[in-house]
Amino acid sequence: MAMEVDLLYLFIVSVCAFFAILVTALVVFFTIKYRRRNPDDVGADIHGSLILELTWTFIPFVLAMAMFAWGADVFFRLARPPADAMEIYVVGKQWMWKVQHPAGVKEINELHVPVGRDVRIHLGSEDVIHDFSIPAFRVKMDAVPGKITTLWFRATKPGTYHLLCLEYCGTKHSGMIGQVIAMEPQDYEAWLAGGRSTGTAVENGERLFTSFQCITCHKDDSTGRGPSLLGVYGSTVELTSGGTVIADDNYLRESIMNSQAKVVKGYQGIMPAFQGQISEENLMQLIAYIKTLKPAAPAGGSDSPAGGGGQ
Amino acid sequence: MANAHDTTLAHGAVEAHGHDQAHAHHPKLQHHFYSMEQQLEASILGMWIFLVTEIMFFGGLFLAYIVYRTMYPEAWIAGSNHLNTYMGGGNTLVLICSSLTMVLAVRAAQVGSRTGQIVNLILTILFGSTFLVVKFFEYAEKFEHHLVPGPNFDPALPGPEQIFFALYFIMTGIHALHMVVGIGIMLVILRMAWKGTFTPEYYGPIEVSGLYWHFVDIVWIFLFPLLYLLGFHLGH
Amino acid sequence: MTAPAGRHSYLDEPHGVAAWLLTRDHKRIAMLYLISITVFFALGGFFATLVRLELLTPQGDLLTPDLYNKAFTLHGIIMIFFFLVPAVPATLGNFFIPIMCGTKDLAFPRINLLSWYLYIIGGLMALAVVAMGGVDTGWTFYTPYSTHASATMVTLAAMAAFVAGFSSILTGFNFIVTVHRMRAPGLTWFRLPLFVWAHYATSLVMILGTPVVAITLVLVAAERTLGLGIFDPKLGGDPVLFQHLFWFYSHPAVYIMILPGMGVISEMVAAMSRKQVFGYSFVAFSSLAIAILGFLVWGHHLFMSSQSIYAGLVFSIITMLVAVPSAVKTFNWTATMYKGSISWESPTYWIIGFMGLFLIGGLTGLFLATMGLDVHLTDTYFVVAHFHYIMVGGNVMAFLGGLHFYWPKMTGRKYPETLGKVSAVLVFVGFNLTFFPQFVLGYMGMPRRYHAYPAEWQVLNVLSTGGAGILGIGYTLLFGYFVWSLFKGEVAERNPWGATGLEWQIPSPPPTFNFEQDPVVTEPAYNYKPRREVTVG
Repeated sequence: MAMEVDLLYLFIVSVCAFFAILVTALVVFFTIKYRRRNPDDVGADIHGSLILELTWTFIPFVLAMAMFAWGADVFFRLARPPADAMEIYVVGKQWMWKVQHPAGVKEINELHVPVGRDVRIHLGSEDVIHDFSIPAFRVKMDAVPGKITTLWFRATKPGTYHLLCLEYCGTKHSGMIGQVIAMEPQDYEAWLAGGRSTGTAVENGERLFTSFQCITCHKDDSTGRGPSLLGVYGSTVELTSGGTVIADDNYLRESIMNSQAKVVKGYQGIMPAFQGQISEENLMQLIAYIKTLKPAAPAGGSDSPAGGGGQ
Repeated sequence: MANAHDTTLAHGAVEAHGHDQAHAHHPKLQHHFYSMEQQLEASILGMWIFLVTEIMFFGGLFLAYIVYRTMYPEAWIAGSNHLNTYMGGGNTLVLICSSLTMVLAVRAAQVGSRTGQIVNLILTILFGSTFLVVKFFEYAEKFEHHLVPGPNFDPALPGPEQIFFALYFIMTGIHALHMVVGIGIMLVILRMAWKGTFTPEYYGPIEVSGLYWHFVDIVWIFLFPLLYLLGFHLGH
Repeated sequence: MTAPAGRHSYLDEPHGVAAWLLTRDHKRIAMLYLISITVFFALGGFFATLVRLELLTPQGDLLTPDLYNKAFTLHGIIMIFFFLVPAVPATLGNFFIPIMCGTKDLAFPRINLLSWYLYIIGGLMALAVVAMGGVDTGWTFYTPYSTHASATMVTLAAMAAFVAGFSSILTGFNFIVTVHRMRAPGLTWFRLPLFVWAHYATSLVMILGTPVVAITLVLVAAERTLGLGIFDPKLGGDPVLFQHLFWFYSHPAVYIMILPGMGVISEMVAAMSRKQVFGYSFVAFSSLAIAILGFLVWGHHLFMSSQSIYAGLVFSIITMLVAVPSAVKTFNWTATMYKGSISWESPTYWIIGFMGLFLIGGLTGLFLATMGLDVHLTDTYFVVAHFHYIMVGGNVMAFLGGLHFYWPKMTGRKYPETLGKVSAVLVFVGFNLTFFPQFVLGYMGMPRRYHAYPAEWQVLNVLSTGGAGILGIGYTLLFGYFVWSLFKGEVAERNPWGATGLEWQIPSPPPTFNFEQDPVVTEPAYNYKPRREVTVG
């Protein structure tokens, strides 16, 4: 994507340079050519020209719309992660980036990624707004407390790149920096193998699901006091208040932290709110686990390689 | 000064004497206006523009209200059901009456009735004060029930409900502040009316203050259903 | 400061401090504003100096991180709320709108004075913030940092901006009523100078936008002091809602800062070329178009803030539309110079400087409006450079150019012509050297508001700091000769540029009530005609 962003940049630079040079040249030229030669001189009696006005309204309009369309196209591709991207969880807090890889390896202020593979970052914040930015890949996204945001990129060349916080976040904002280390896939695997894993995100999520007693109400059949979570991710949920909502990351997040906000139809709002009791990191693990909960496959066996299936 | 925009180097097109014309002025005509009509029109337009800024001022709050109501409909119903509809409804009536007396006061000024102005202004002030007294008791009740946002807020209630009450207090609080200012203005106007300042030729201040008073009433007309009646509407 | 001897002007009487502090004369209030904003410009400049000195080296070695954060925050708050917003409207606007409308004063002289006092109260609160330890949220006051994390004087700073905001509301309010109700006989809307049109558009933004930021700042202050929780994510509050409310004002506020400058430039281009402004009605309506469209683009600050991408689409396309009226204005100014009689006196230098810098500022706005590019550029030095080109390159150049243009009229004195040109060149060169490298830094990814930065960006930062030095010399020189001219300057005639317009028909400096006789207008603005009658006859 970085190439495409640069290409767009070059296009706009050329258009703008053309107009900047054109107008500047005209201004300087007129100033010299039409300089006042006699103190009493006045300019020619010209009031305007509708054709000229329409021309220089229409041309900038067309060019601006071209920039808009091209920019929107690039943006939409930047904003929509490919479905098969590798998922990495990142939480910003004053003043560090905490990273958790799918295999469970954790790191701080460093992000190792394999080249040639789409990487999707799920982004959260524990305190104020941060912004996760990798200038070399031309991507960034705000980490907003109370939300889960996302961005994706694909590293193409092995190397070390800046990882920066781009949203002002207090005293050590400029210290909230790190490195993205893009590696050949086999090196990445080797690096992962050398890291200390504390369990994969899904495994940790499953453990939390038990330790927070979620499992007592959210049973796999519909006998629990809370709705079953099998296949909930991505489904459309009906609410007590009458509306519906798509169960995405942010809905799951809200339902855990502020459980009374959007109660599923047919259930009482009795679930305690976990705001303040669960960290952003754990929350992401829980959501990672809930995502793996699928209705039992008829052919049997879990479809989740991580082993967190919901039989 | 017929050639105001005339030729480039036209120095000294106009000289001559001072600005004060000989013809008689109304004593209330300020020096920079041509006529009483111009002065009145300027002050009325000024007040309307001021009210536009007020609408934008409250507009920010209404926007926050709409956003959170859409996000947390349940909390909004629950919060609304905590409010005392009778007190709110009574206050609505009181304010509507005060708008009526305000109009009558302006009318009295236009037809030159000093008594009419004084009686109606006093009634307006009384209605306005009644509103504030009722509001005071409402606020006191919320304090007792731990419904005032902040560290003292009832911890058993979910977070978004505190946001409802935060907006309730900010919106009604700023409205009440406008009422206090309005009553202050009415006291000044009352004093002017008492001295017989207003005549059918000069009634700008009372008319302009009346516009302000009506605006504050109208804000309440929006606040009352949005805050108090919402629970009935969305049901439970 | 006194008027040249033998004249009778608004500067002469009544004398005394009280007479000035209680004046209702729009010209005196304009002068009060001019003095006050100069003080705040110097203070904001001081904080900018701290920032630039710190960035000379990649390590954060001059200031502590907290001091640096306070320095850029105070630079932003002071420059925006206490200098840029009032700069042109409250000084040149206050002084010339009544004169250009052919009236003795603004519609509400007392409210005009009140506006200055509110400005001063807000300004004193800002000074108190500085004295009591400063504030470190950035001028944008983003929640939840401002409401829940910062331990500095956020509440007082927000209230200072709140009070200053009301001063700006009152100015805009006065202008609108004056333009609607106070125009001299014969002065139809389409005979108004473009300066008045631009200020009218500005005033619309002031009265519609400022109240929204006012209530937003009240919410921030209330959240900090009372713990309301409206923007608290822990209660389910949405910190991004703050950004919507904030930018609903603060983006239009950019147009508060540039539209009056555009008005000044329209006057100057016409007068210095002695020619009718090309496409008068297009220039006039483009001001209104910018003011109106300006209200619909705030979301382009939020492309990366988790705002819906479809909302982003709408904001991006409307932002692109704003580029069109800005381009129309630029082309019209250029066309005005075609076949003009262009003076080479110092105001022309400022016009050319403005055109060059505003062009770059406006065009780089296109980069940021393009969503796919904004992902990379937002919150980098590219943004910093872009808005400095608009606000300093555009507005400050127009303001200073306007001062050079109107100084003889306002004070009755002339500044040294050569120095006027020298300072224009110094400011232009210094400005470009300061801010052009920042575009490059931004594209390389250097984040704004960074106290320390990776070493590979040092060269460009050194260039930038060096440029700031030149810029500072330019400003100081200009300040020096303006003050000098008040006492020693050559006495100015009524119409030093040979310009049309009511303001050039009255004495310099103008008498207290502006006109010796109530004016009647019979011609459109900028009606330049050869002086046949005078020279031949």
